[in-house]
Amino acid sequence: MANLLDIRRRIKSVKNTQQITKAMKMVSAAKLKRAQNRVVSARPFAAKMNEVLTQLAAQTPEDFHHPLLDARGDQRYLVVLVTADKGLCGAFNTNLLKAAQAFVKENAGKTIEFLTVGRKGRDFFRRRGKIVGEYVGLTGKGRVDFSEALEVAHDIIKRFTEDEEIDKVFLIFAEFKTVLNQRIVIEQLLPISRATEAAEESDTANSQDYIYEQPPAEIFSRLLPRLVETQIFRALLESIASEQGARMTAMDAASKNAGDLISSLTLNMNRVRQAAITREIIEIVSGASAL
Amino acid sequence: MADQLQLEVVTPERRLLSEQVNSVTVPGRGGELGILPGHAALISELQTGVLSYNEDGTTFQLHVSGGFVEVNGDRVSVLAEIAERPDEIDAARARLSREHTEKQLTSWNGTEEDFEKARAKLERSMVRLQLATSSLQR
Repeated sequence: MANLLDIRRRIKSVKNTQQITKAMKMVSAAKLKRAQNRVVSARPFAAKMNEVLTQLAAQTPEDFHHPLLDARGDQRYLVVLVTADKGLCGAFNTNLLKAAQAFVKENAGKTIEFLTVGRKGRDFFRRRGKIVGEYVGLTGKGRVDFSEALEVAHDIIKRFTEDEEIDKVFLIFAEFKTVLNQRIVIEQLLPISRATEAAEESDTANSQDYIYEQPPAEIFSRLLPRLVETQIFRALLESIASEQGARMTAMDAASKNAGDLISSLTLNMNRVRQAAITREIIEIVSGASAL
Repeated sequence: MADQLQLEVVTPERRLLSEQVNSVTVPGRGGELGILPGHAALISELQTGVLSYNEDGTTFQLHVSGGFVEVNGDRVSVLAEIAERPDEIDAARARLSREHTEKQLTSWNGTEEDFEKARAKLERSMVRLQLATSSLQR
């Protein structure tokens, strides 16, 4: 049977761990709240953006061409993978990396390159894939500014327009559903598909006759990069909220486990102590009767 | 017909403003655009400048940069990349930024793309300064 002192030491160490996990849970709960607010406050802009874009799409001729719009081949993909910088958030990063790997497997015949946002994704694919660009420290501090999203978006757009060989750009990130539930999204970022626009068009059939200060095609082509920017920004915001949600749940579970462990260890310790006392009494009694 | 406009100013980060106003003036790409109730539907790009709106006789001003404006019925939606109230502007920082970019631009040796960026930055800091100082005087 274990030594009393050892058990006491163990309990103390588990208690310390529990304190840390509790604190981490609290911190991510606060960060989550902020991240959630930011996701919500970013929505009106994105919604309005889509509305205006569909309006404009209806006004631009079918043969309108733009580098971000024209379909290319189907050989080389650029995957933008948004992960966390830090661990200790349950299966959050693992799920993302798994999804990314499954994507690679599915498209085994294609050349796939990665642009990673977040340390975890970079570390994972450094050995396993080709990383052409990386951003570390964006998602780590729990908030992201639009200007930072712009930097990433412009990088992607630049790569895509300068390198005709890149056929498609995909975006993989964790969408924030609820605190307990994150959904991994794989969506095509570039070229912007006309199909989805056409589908949305029918919804806004009551399209009005707008006065355009510039030709519609011109505004349209200026708005397309904006669309990519907002998409990236949204992905980063959602990812941060998801990460904090996942961390909160993971740390909550860890604190609970530590509590369970402490109570079972305490029980064990009491048993050991009682056994020791009983043994001592027996020793004294048998010593007395021997006299 | 309503005699007021519903003005909404949103940026990717927040909804700055959502109010009933009497008139709006926005810095369109082709120059200042005045919008009164009953305006026809319109879409225009914005440039860096001052957006002002009139609410019950009082004029308010905002700094906006990038993005576009949509007028639809009695709703005016401004989607700007940057939008801020005069009291949110840090005048000292704007002045510093202006001086810095001015210096950068006078001895230019970078690429054309960076030049555009610096020029836009200079424009922004100038509008910011103008707004910040005019709101102080009042």
